[in-house]
Amino acid sequence: MATIKIPPVLRASVGGEKLLSASGGNVGEVLRDLATNHPATESQLFSSEGELNRYVNVYLNDEDVRVLDGLDTTVGESDTLVILPAMAGGAG
Amino acid sequence: MSPSGAELLRQVKSQIEEVDPSEVKELIDEGVAIVDVRETEEFAAGHLPGAKHVPRSYLESRIEGVVPDRSTQIILYCASGNRSAYGARTLTEELGYEHVRSMTGGITLWKDRGYDVVVPRALSPEQRERYSRHVLIPEIGTEGQQKLLDAKVLLLGAGGLGSPTALYLAAAGVGTLGIVDDDVVDLSNLQRQVIHSTQRIGIPKVDSAEESIHALNPDVNVVKYQTRIDASNIMEIIEGYDVIVDGVDNFPTRYLLNDATVRLKIPVVSASILGFDGQLSVFKPYEGPCYRCLFREPPPAELAPSCGANGVLGVLPGTMGLLQATEVVKLVLNIGEPAIGRLLLYDALGATLTEVKVHRDPDCPICSRDPEDIGDEEMGVFPDYEAFCAAAG
Repeated sequence: MATIKIPPVLRASVGGEKLLSASGGNVGEVLRDLATNHPATESQLFSSEGELNRYVNVYLNDEDVRVLDGLDTTVGESDTLVILPAMAGGAG
Repeated sequence: MSPSGAELLRQVKSQIEEVDPSEVKELIDEGVAIVDVRETEEFAAGHLPGAKHVPRSYLESRIEGVVPDRSTQIILYCASGNRSAYGARTLTEELGYEHVRSMTGGITLWKDRGYDVVVPRALSPEQRERYSRHVLIPEIGTEGQQKLLDAKVLLLGAGGLGSPTALYLAAAGVGTLGIVDDDVVDLSNLQRQVIHSTQRIGIPKVDSAEESIHALNPDVNVVKYQTRIDASNIMEIIEGYDVIVDGVDNFPTRYLLNDATVRLKIPVVSASILGFDGQLSVFKPYEGPCYRCLFREPPPAELAPSCGANGVLGVLPGTMGLLQATEVVKLVLNIGEPAIGRLLLYDALGATLTEVKVHRDPDCPICSRDPEDIGDEEMGVFPDYEAFCAAAG
């Protein structure tokens, strides 16, 4: 099972967890597993066409999956996926 | 019997290598380290081009900061060639430097030959005292402090992130601090906005910030913009600044700022905070990715928590704001490795700092093009901009 780091804006959708495990052989499968177990994350991660939303970045360890093989990027048991939507708070 | 001073000098000169000013002149741009071992006042009155300053009394303790590699060719000089001779022996015999020479006749002979001398702009005695802990660091020194005093840094917001950034940049002697903020100080700000105070509730943040900055360092020129930055004023406000510190709390302004700074090639030190989490990156146009390379488009308004009133740990903007201030100083001094092409993720609760890579997007709608091709009408625009802003209220 790969580890997924959950960003602050998605934590309410996963019961407040910061780290979760999900299974799958590639990035797409791991994220689909997350969405299956936590349905509230589905629309935040995926567009209605099933693509990863443009405003969500996903990193395999420290590398952007867009420069790897996108959702087809192979994920190992000891890998960590970082989900990162844009954040704009400046606490003005 | 102990030797006289003159005999000792003769002995030392017989043990070291000397070099004539004419040869030093030829070597000046050849990667040789030229070190002036005179006192601070003598160095300030004029020195060889490119010379580093390490007073002889600090030679043993500071030379490694200036010349870390012992195989580097070093030329020491002083006023007439005597102090540098002693220094050359120390570096060779006691510190193991392999190629050290002392310049014959010192800067006096150099000047007699009519060679160039650089006269640095001097710090005032008060400035030397105030910035002494900077001047002592080899990577900064008097020259670096002058760069800070000459620097113009613009802060977008005198709020959570802007407060600590402004205070520390002022303390560091950044000569000009521009501050854009249209808000007034509110009691609920004071849990984190440390540049303001209880007595100043109700007064404009730019005025409150200016008061704190001048109380800390009257050297700093504060330029106040009591306005909201938008497409109509952004180019006029940001032009001429060396670095911009982005702590704005909404996406439309972040995209607008990105596009304008790419056009003007101004680096932006960007941070954002929410709850217990912070993000930071440096966007240096055309050398690294821009904000649009990182986030091609903003999340929909319901997933953009900046749009509403959200909580934040009071010390978190302090942490992130000071990381921003550090990056600003590095950019101004051109030292270290700024967080260009990297996004730092700080989790205060977990006490962890994670880093992910950010790449330039070859299809970036903004920075894949030449700056002059980016039109006014495109700046700050992204898909569904109208809907986003309507939803965000």
